[in-house]
Formats: sequence, C-alpha cells, structure tokens
Amino acid sequence: MENNNSPRFASTPIDLNYKPTIVRNIGNRLMTGLAALFSLVAVLPLILVLGYVLVKGASKISISLFTQLPPPPGLNGGGIGNAIAGTLVVTLIAALFAIPVGVGGGIYLAEYSRSGWFARFVRFGTNVLSGVPSIIAGVFIYGTLVTTRILFGNSYSAVAGGLALSILMIPTVIKTTDEGLKLVPDDLRRGALGVGASRFSTITQITLPAAFTPIATGVVLAIARAAGETAPLIFTALFSSYWANLFSVDGLFSSIATLSVLIYNFSIMPLEVQNELAWAASFILVVLILSLNLFARWLGRFASR
Amino acid sequence: MSSKLDDRYRLRKRPVSEKLVDVGFKNLAISLASIVALILLAILVVVFRGGLPAMVRYGWQFLITSNWNPVDDEYGAGAAIYGTLVTSLLSLLIAVPLGVGTAILITENIIPQKIRNLIGLMVELLAAIPSVVLGLWAIFVMEPFIRPGLEILYNYFGWFPLFGSPPMGPGTLPAVLILVVMILPIITAITRDSLKQVPDKLIQAAYGVGTTRWGAIMNVTLPAAISGIVGGVMLALGRAMGETMAVTMIIGNSNNFSFSLLAPGNTISAMLANQFGEADGSQVSSLMYAAFILILMTLAVNILAQWIVKQLSLKY
Repeated sequence: MENNNSPRFASTPIDLNYKPTIVRNIGNRLMTGLAALFSLVAVLPLILVLGYVLVKGASKISISLFTQLPPPPGLNGGGIGNAIAGTLVVTLIAALFAIPVGVGGGIYLAEYSRSGWFARFVRFGTNVLSGVPSIIAGVFIYGTLVTTRILFGNSYSAVAGGLALSILMIPTVIKTTDEGLKLVPDDLRRGALGVGASRFSTITQITLPAAFTPIATGVVLAIARAAGETAPLIFTALFSSYWANLFSVDGLFSSIATLSVLIYNFSIMPLEVQNELAWAASFILVVLILSLNLFARWLGRFASR
Repeated sequence: MSSKLDDRYRLRKRPVSEKLVDVGFKNLAISLASIVALILLAILVVVFRGGLPAMVRYGWQFLITSNWNPVDDEYGAGAAIYGTLVTSLLSLLIAVPLGVGTAILITENIIPQKIRNLIGLMVELLAAIPSVVLGLWAIFVMEPFIRPGLEILYNYFGWFPLFGSPPMGPGTLPAVLILVVMILPIITAITRDSLKQVPDKLIQAAYGVGTTRWGAIMNVTLPAAISGIVGGVMLALGRAMGETMAVTMIIGNSNNFSFSLLAPGNTISAMLANQFGEADGSQVSSLMYAAFILILMTLAVNILAQWIVKQLSLKY
C-alpha cells in the first residue's frame, strides 16, 4: 500500500521536541500557575489566623490567666480560669452522652442490620442530622430543656449546653463507628461465632477491639469539634462570671462559662482588657483543638502501621 | 470412660443469663440507634410548634417583609433570608475555584509529594479552627485590613447597587470572605477524595492519545469526578447557610434590607444567635419560624446533594 498521497504520512519528519511556545503548552503552564496561586490563597488564611492568634495570645499567657476570674468591666488583670474549666466540663458532659449513643447506634448499623429499612432510615437521619446547623441544636435544647425548666427546675445549665453539643457529636461518632466496624473482616466474626461465642461476646471481644482505632479517631475529632462550638451554647449554657461549683449537683445545673462563649462575649465589648482576654482564650482554645486533631491523626497513623 | 467422653463432648446449652445479655445488648443497640431518629424528629416538631403562632399570624408575608420591630410586634425575616442566600451563594462562588484548584494541585503530580501533603494538612487544620476564633480575627484583623479596598470599591463602583453604600466596618462582604475561609476545607477535602478515586486507566488513556496535563484534567479527571465534587459543593452550601458565629460577629446584624454588599446585613442564624437569649413572647415564636425556614433550607440542600451525587455518578 502506498500512502505517499496522504498528507498525514508525509515523508517529512515530524518534530517530536517539546515546543514551549505553542498555545496548549502555554495554557498548560498558565493553568498550573493558577492552581498554585489558588492553593496559596487557600493556605494563607490558616497562616494568618494561626500566626496572629499564637503571637497575640501567647504574650498573654500567665499563671493568673488560669487561676483567676474575668475582671469586671473597667478593671485590669484577671484571667479566664472559670471558662477553661467550663469548656472541659461541658465537653465532658457532651462526650458522656454522645459516645454511648453514637457507638451503640453504630454497632446496630454495622453488626445487626446492614440493610434493613430501619437501618437505612437511621443512616439517612444521621446524614441529615450532621447537616443541621449548630445553632438549631441550641434552639432545640432551649425549647425543650431551658424554657420548660425540665431539669429539676433549672433553666440555663452546663448539662443543657453539654446535651446541645452532643447533638452535634452523635452523627460523627455513629458514622465512624459504622465505617470502622465495616472494615473488620467478616472472617473474624464467623470465627468467633463458629467457636460458639454469642453475638454479644463477638461484638464486645472481637469486632469492637479490632475497630478500636478508627472509632477512637472519630471520637477524638468529634470532641475537638464540640470543644470549639459556640452557637449551641450561647443560650443553653449561657455564661457566668464566677467559678462553677463542680463538686455539687447544683454546679452542673447552673449556667457556666466556656471559652468559646467568652470569646464571643468579650470580642464585641468595646473594652481593651476584655478584647485581650478574648485573644488569650482563643490561643488556649486553638492549641487545645489543634492538639486534639493532631492526636487523632497520630491515632489513625498508629492504626495503619 | 464413656461417661467421661459424654461429659466432654456433650453440647453445652447456652445459659439463660447469657441469652438475656445477648438479647438485651441487641435491644440496647436498637434503642440507641433510634435516639438519632428521635432527636431529628424532636428538632422538627419543637421548632415547628415553637414557630406555629408566628406562622399563623404572619403567614407568607414573614418571608418577604423585613421589618423587625419588637416594640410593635411586627416581624418579617425577608432581610435575613436574603442575607442567608446571598452570603452563602457568593462565598460558594469564590470558594469553589479556590477549593477545586487546591485539590487539583495536591492530587496531580506537579509538585513534590511532601509539599502536597503539607498543603493538604494545612487545609484540614483550617477546618479545625473554631468559627468564633475566625470571627474574632475577622473583627480585629481582616476587616480593618480590607476596609481601604472596600472604600475604593464604593468610590468607583458606587453607582452599582451591590456596592451602593459606604463601608462602615461590619458588613455583608466581610461576612462572605470569612465564610469562604470556613467552607474552603470542605470543598477541598471532598474534591480531593473524588479526584483520587478516578481510575488511573482513564487518565493514562488520555495521555496516550496525546493530550496535555490540563487537557486530561479538564476533559477526563474532572468530568469523571463531577458527582463527588458537586456533592461536596452542596454540602459546603448547607454549611455556609447554617454557619453562625463568625458571620454573626462580622455581618453587622441589621434588619434593614439593603442590596449593597458593603452595608450591614443579617442572616437567619446570625439573627438567632443575636436575639434568642433576650427574646420573649411573639419574638421567640418569630425566631422559631425563622429557624424552621433555616432547617428546611439546609435540609433541601442536603437532600438535593445526595440526589445529585446519585444522578451524576458515572459508571465506568
């Protein structure tokens, strides 16, 4: 076959060298540059916010910050000790409620009913619940617990705040438990059932320990997210300028200060001292949350090893 | 001897107590799982019932009027609904190119793996910063910094309704910018995951027929991953609509309706955060009505997201 007529297979050799000036190569470089620029813009806020918070907040760190109460308007000094304790307490209450519910729900989804109508409904509900704005959780708890004073006649309380936070934690914990348990090979389950273990001991002694790391990672991430939430707390836990009495039941059922609400309240005050305390609180909150996040990552890597 | 064998090989029956524990554990798991469904239904019922008096009283007018006057008991959430839509859509408009661009850079083999991992880690850590801290930063650092730019915008484009008022500190545009920071990590993370799932064969085939890197990205990788990307964008939209603290702190919380992005505005969630604590009577009911609208909006966006993912997912 003679193809000499066809221009496509002309005998003149085609230049195979890279030509930097043709349109598609220029376009290629332009797009790469654009993507790099976009990434730079995306990373910039983290550097700016972190840098500012760490530099401005670290200069405020002192012993009294952890041991003293916020000063009354107009006075100097003081600390945010009650808010630090409050954040720990409210987050702990949230975790105490959300972890059993979330892990239990996840166990049901992964171990008992993978595809039944109820499981599908619960999965759908989990997805929807994780999309519900955090402020709605606050409105809901306000409507059910705060205004009705159903918690032994108390309105704003640490427990109400903790429950509002747990609504935000539950979907994350359920999802990670469900996914974590699904990753456990079925052979392990069959093996356990084969040697005569009951469903209960299979789950508690074989599958749950095998899925421990992914579940723990999810729980830590959920706690980190809850610790920084503000919106559900503004009108459930409210705020308090005093130490919460944590060793009595009364303390848990009265309003309590948290770091995030303190930052919100103090940032909109036209007072220099309060604004500075807001920066110090941001520093502590950011360090707490970032270390929880890095801990979760470490847990995850620990598992894959 | 035979009796000994019998003892050893006789099938042991499960004791009643063990069965009880087994069944009890299953029922416990079921009831814990149903708490999720209960919470979801309870949220809908409580907020709907709370808002019912306002729904009866103001009806659809509530959605389009924007006078918010506790003294005369006149309420309308028009400005807040408009603000919610404008801030979330505008922030999406800015965040989608940034997020998708970043995701492409950290999945494609353009720069060394270590730098890519670092960028990925930084974007993920950005998602971990509490929104109230971002709000604090926006009030004291970002807003004073961008004010001159906003003034230029007003001086030269003031004839355009979107920039038709002088910037006076808090406003809609600063809120949009801080929302961009908040939703960028979601878009980046989900886009990166869906880009990673595109089979290598598809991309190699594209290179094989002679395309360039961006030819392959634009015509093969992105179309193949579009379902995940659109799903992530919709999730980000839902997040932007419900985002509260940073927006509340920087938007100015004004219920006066204004087209201008430089003027103070409001969103539903900012209105809730600002007024719920001190509200009583029909103001609470009106706020619950607004909260119910917010739930419906985010619900619609989230369900639409799941539907779109199903519709667009390519079978390859």
